Amino acid sequence: MEKTVNQKAWFLVLPVLLLVAFSAVIPLMTVVNYSVQDTFGNNQFFWAGLEWFEEMLRSERMWDALGRQLMFSGIILAIEIPLGIFVALNMPKSGFWSSFCLVLMSLPLLIPWNVVGTIWQIFGRVDIGLLGYTLDALGINYNYTQDILAAWVTIIVMDVWHWTSLVALLAFAGLKSIPDAYYQAAKIDQASRWKVFCFIELPKMMGVLMIAILLRFMDSFMIYTEPFVVTGGGPGNATTLLSIDLVKMALGQFDLGPAAAFSIMYFLVILLISWVFYTVMTNLEKREG
Amino acid sequence: MADMTVNQFSSRGLSLPKINSSLVVMTLYLLFLLLPIYWLLNMSLKTNTEILNEFTLFPRDLTFANYATILTDPAWYMGYVNSLIYVTLNTVISLAVALPAAYAFSRYHFMGDKHLFFWLLTNRMAPPAVFALPFFQLYSSVGLFDTHIAVALAHCLFNVPLAVWILEGFMRGVPKEIDETAYIDGYSFGAFFVKIFTPLIASGIGVAAFFCFMFSWVELLLSRTLTTVDAKPIAAIMTRTQGASGIDWGVLAAAGILTIVPGALVIYFVRNYIAKGFALGRV
Amino acid sequence: MDWMAWTWPTAIFFAVIASLLITFTVLAIKFPETPRTGILRIETTRGDRLFITLLGSAFINLAWLGIVGAQQPYALIVCLIYAAAVFRWV
Repeated sequence: MEKTVNQKAWFLVLPVLLLVAFSAVIPLMTVVNYSVQDTFGNNQFFWAGLEWFEEMLRSERMWDALGRQLMFSGIILAIEIPLGIFVALNMPKSGFWSSFCLVLMSLPLLIPWNVVGTIWQIFGRVDIGLLGYTLDALGINYNYTQDILAAWVTIIVMDVWHWTSLVALLAFAGLKSIPDAYYQAAKIDQASRWKVFCFIELPKMMGVLMIAILLRFMDSFMIYTEPFVVTGGGPGNATTLLSIDLVKMALGQFDLGPAAAFSIMYFLVILLISWVFYTVMTNLEKREG
Repeated sequence: MADMTVNQFSSRGLSLPKINSSLVVMTLYLLFLLLPIYWLLNMSLKTNTEILNEFTLFPRDLTFANYATILTDPAWYMGYVNSLIYVTLNTVISLAVALPAAYAFSRYHFMGDKHLFFWLLTNRMAPPAVFALPFFQLYSSVGLFDTHIAVALAHCLFNVPLAVWILEGFMRGVPKEIDETAYIDGYSFGAFFVKIFTPLIASGIGVAAFFCFMFSWVELLLSRTLTTVDAKPIAAIMTRTQGASGIDWGVLAAAGILTIVPGALVIYFVRNYIAKGFALGRV
Repeated sequence: MDWMAWTWPTAIFFAVIASLLITFTVLAIKFPETPRTGILRIETTRGDRLFITLLGSAFINLAWLGIVGAQQPYALIVCLIYAAAVFRWV
């Protein structure tokens, strides 16, 4: 759509600007201020310079957490995106069953995150949970509070359970926008199912898939509550992801300085990645018309 | 990928009856989604003795005592009330400020529009963990700590950008000629917006409200940090079940089930718009 | 404002950022420009290039701090070179 240039439009966005600035800019400035100072919790601050940044950059703890975080985000994207597309391809296209699937699939998305954690905490327990009990009965040694592999499998399956539907729903919305004529043309050309997918469905889904990848990446990158409820970051530090570590540092140990320095670097990484995604996305939209 | 070849038929026209492989896939997937929820429901209807001593696939002596515990104790059920209050407040505030902004983004070019839009989105991407502590300080210093409005405002951080994003997508779909005709007919901006434009994007507003509700309802880190007693959300109260004698599994499960109910109700109302809403109106 | 724990250096830092934003806004009003496509093959305006510069500078500073660890002001020289490059070619 042709847009007209109108600077008065600023008045329409002003409320949003003020509201979000209040919640975003002031706290962000505070974090920056904390990051260059030392405090003992009684509102007395001492200049520390870039010490915390240096300490954080050199601390294995942060790099390990970042490594775990990247691994977690990578694994869940590798599972959820293909699985979500696959589910979307198999969803009924219209009618009662379509709505039926939509409603049931959205259900996990609306469960408070700590309840999601609780559900899987219970579900995986060997004594009272269906999953844990069944695995145990099958002779598989599964204990997510002791075993690192089991803990990882649990939080990944939990995330797949929680969020695959989001990808599926987005992909489904993309699929629905494909006109029937495309399929008929493919039928005349006797294109195989795989070819239809590669040359018709996938390109048409690209836009929404970018949104899906962006949302999933960002949300998984700042995940906190769910894995925390299930594993508490353990066993040891095996599932201590970035946000879990950060909260531990800021609210648990009240190390404001290091936590703030950590926050800023965390935020910079997020900013860089969002910018790359956003640029790619808007360029995609432009190319499509 | 083996199913792909079996699936070949589904491309031969969408009017054919559903092919079995799709049915199998969907059944398995839905089963995977519902099994953990069923297990929670199952546990919420059992007594603690049954939960801990026997392994049963469905409750043998059905009891509603766990639900009764929650629904009769104000310390419990006020958590739901608190959550609902701040979620509603947040949805109303988010929509009220996002509507005009989305209109501006969808209709006009203005200085810094793209940068502003991107900046808004980065707030959607900001980890709440980063903001938890400064929020605590900020809201304490303005005297809003432990109030519903504090949580509602804090959640605006990620809900307002999202609402703007979704609404902008929907508004783009409304032809601009409608605006122009209305202005020629002598409508003022306000009258046009309320009487003509809003009904046209009603489904978009519904979807945006749904998403605001959803993200405010499921968030816990900020809402827990910003409250202690008066505005404490249900999700935070659930930790109460950890008593001296171990965890009260039955009550915990019942509380969990009750947090799913509002979400399920909301989904039911917007079921026809969900798919489009998830695509943020961009399909 | 006590709890925000302001210090002079951070105050100056934000003042610099704010004045940069204001400068670029004024520039955009006085000398409107059309976006151009540079070596990154994306359309950029002056504002975009400012953003790329600032974000890049943050990472340059962090890298300097992590690898060199001393004489932080020299990192700013690298940033200036980087900024010039961004404004010239991106």
